[in-house]
Amino acid sequence: MATVFDIAMKHTEPEKDNGAPIVAVEDLRKAFGSNNVLDGINLQVARGETLAVLGRSGTGKSVLLRLIIGLETPDSGSIRIHDQDISGLAMDRMGEIRKKMGFLFQHAALYDSLTVAENVAFPLVHHRRDMSRSERGDRAMQLLAEMGMEGDVDKMPSDISGGMQKRVGLARALALEPEILLLDEPTAGLDPISSGEINDLILKLQRERKMASIVVTHDLHSAKTIANRLALLDQGKVVIEGKFEALQHSDIALVKDFLNQL
Amino acid sequence: MTNGFFEWFGELGIFSWNVLKAGLTPPYEWRELVRQLDEVGSRSLPLVAAAGAAIGVVISMEARYSLTRFGAKSMFPTTLVYSVIQVMGPIMTGLIVSGRVGAGIGAELASMKVTEQIDAVEASAINPYRLLAATRILACILMLPLLTLAADASGLLMGWFAQAMVEPLSFHQFIASGFKGAKLSDFLPPTFKTAVYGLIIGLIACFQGMRTRGGAEGVGRAATNSVVLASLFVILADVVLVKFILVVFP
Repeated sequence: MATVFDIAMKHTEPEKDNGAPIVAVEDLRKAFGSNNVLDGINLQVARGETLAVLGRSGTGKSVLLRLIIGLETPDSGSIRIHDQDISGLAMDRMGEIRKKMGFLFQHAALYDSLTVAENVAFPLVHHRRDMSRSERGDRAMQLLAEMGMEGDVDKMPSDISGGMQKRVGLARALALEPEILLLDEPTAGLDPISSGEINDLILKLQRERKMASIVVTHDLHSAKTIANRLALLDQGKVVIEGKFEALQHSDIALVKDFLNQL
Repeated sequence: MTNGFFEWFGELGIFSWNVLKAGLTPPYEWRELVRQLDEVGSRSLPLVAAAGAAIGVVISMEARYSLTRFGAKSMFPTTLVYSVIQVMGPIMTGLIVSGRVGAGIGAELASMKVTEQIDAVEASAINPYRLLAATRILACILMLPLLTLAADASGLLMGWFAQAMVEPLSFHQFIASGFKGAKLSDFLPPTFKTAVYGLIIGLIACFQGMRTRGGAEGVGRAATNSVVLASLFVILADVVLVKFILVVFP
C-alpha cells in the first residue's frame, strides 16, 4: 500500500497558462455582521495546480470557496477567473462562468429525490441539450466508473455511505468537464481508508485533467497528500502560503500547532 | 416586529422580481413544469373533488332547509349552483391547495435549502429561481382554475344527488333550472380568480422554502408558515377579488 509520502511524490507540476493564473483572488473581504470572516485575502491558482486552504473551523475557508463560485458576494476585493472579474456578476452571466467550475460540497449536497446516476447526469441534462439521453447516461456511467461507483448507479443518495456520496458529488462536479475544481472538506467525516480513496481520486484527476483545484480542509494529512501548495488561514488572513516544506520551516506558532497534527 | 414585517415584504418583492426575470427568459424548464403540473394538479384532484362533494352535500342540505322554511324551495337549484360556483368552490379549492401544495413546496424547498441542494443547483450553473420557483408558481397558477372546475362539478353533482335522495329531481332539470338566466360572466371570473390564489400559494411557499435557515426546525417552520400565510393571503385576496369582480362585472 502506498504511503502518504509515496502518493505525495505523484504530484504533477502546475502549468502556467501563459503566465496568468486561472483563479486570482485579490484583497478579498467578507464580513457577516460585525464578524470579519475574510480580511484581505490574496491567492492565485494556475492550471494543473492544487492549492489546499487550511485553517481552524470558522476561519472562512468554506466562505472563500462560496465567494469564488458566486454563492456569496464579496464586500470588496476581486475574484478573477481567466482575468475576468466575476464579483458582482448577474446570476445568468455568473452561470456561464460556473460551467467552467466543479464544486464538491462538504456534505456532497446530492439531490435526494434523484438516483446516483441522475445526480451525475443533472448538469448534463440542463447544459448539454445537444447530447441525447443515452449519451448523457453513458457519460454519467463513465464518470461513476472513474469514481468506482458503477455498481451503485440506481441507488438513492440516502442508501449510500458518506464516502460514496462524496465520490458521487465529485463525479457530478466533473460532469461539465470543468477547468476549475473547488473541493470543500473532501475528507471530512470519513474513515482513514475512505479518506485515502478520495485523496487518490483527487490525485488521479490532477494527473489526467490538469484542472486548477482549490481544496479547503482542516485535514493536514490530506492537504499534504494532494496539494502542490498550502495556505493557512487565521482570523481572515493568510498566515503563510507555500509548499509543505515552507510550512515545516516556519517559526509561526499556529503553523507549528497545525503541523503537530501529523 | 415592524422592521421584520417590512423586511419580509421587501424580501418577497426582491424574490418575486428574481422569479419573474428568470421565468420570462430562456432556457425554459418545460420538463420540470410538466412534473409540477402533475404534482399540483393530478395529485390534488382526489382531495379537491372529495372536498367539493362534501361541500355540495352540506349546501344542499342547508339550502333545502332554509329555502323550505322561507317558502322559496323552487330557488334550490339556483342557490346551489351560485353558492358552489361563485363562493364555495373557489375559496375551498384555494384553501385545500394552500394546505396540500403549500406545505409540500415549502417543506421540499426548505429541505433542499438546509442540505445545500439549492446551492448545488446554483453551483451547477442552473438558475434556481427558474428551475425551482418559476415552475412551481406557474403550475399553481395554471392548475388552480382547473381544480376549481373539478371541485365545482363534484359539488354540483353531489348536491343534486343529496336533493334527489329526498325528493325526485332529474339532473337535467336541476342543471336547466340552476343555470337559467345565467351569464358566462357570472361563472368565469369566480373560477379564473383562483389563478391569483395559485400565484399567492406558489409564491409564498417557494419564498418561505428558499429562505429557510436552521435545520429540521427551520424546515418545519417553513412548511407551517407556507400554509398559514398562503391561506391567510388567499382569504384576503378573495375579499379584494370579489369586490373587483362585482365592480368590473356588475
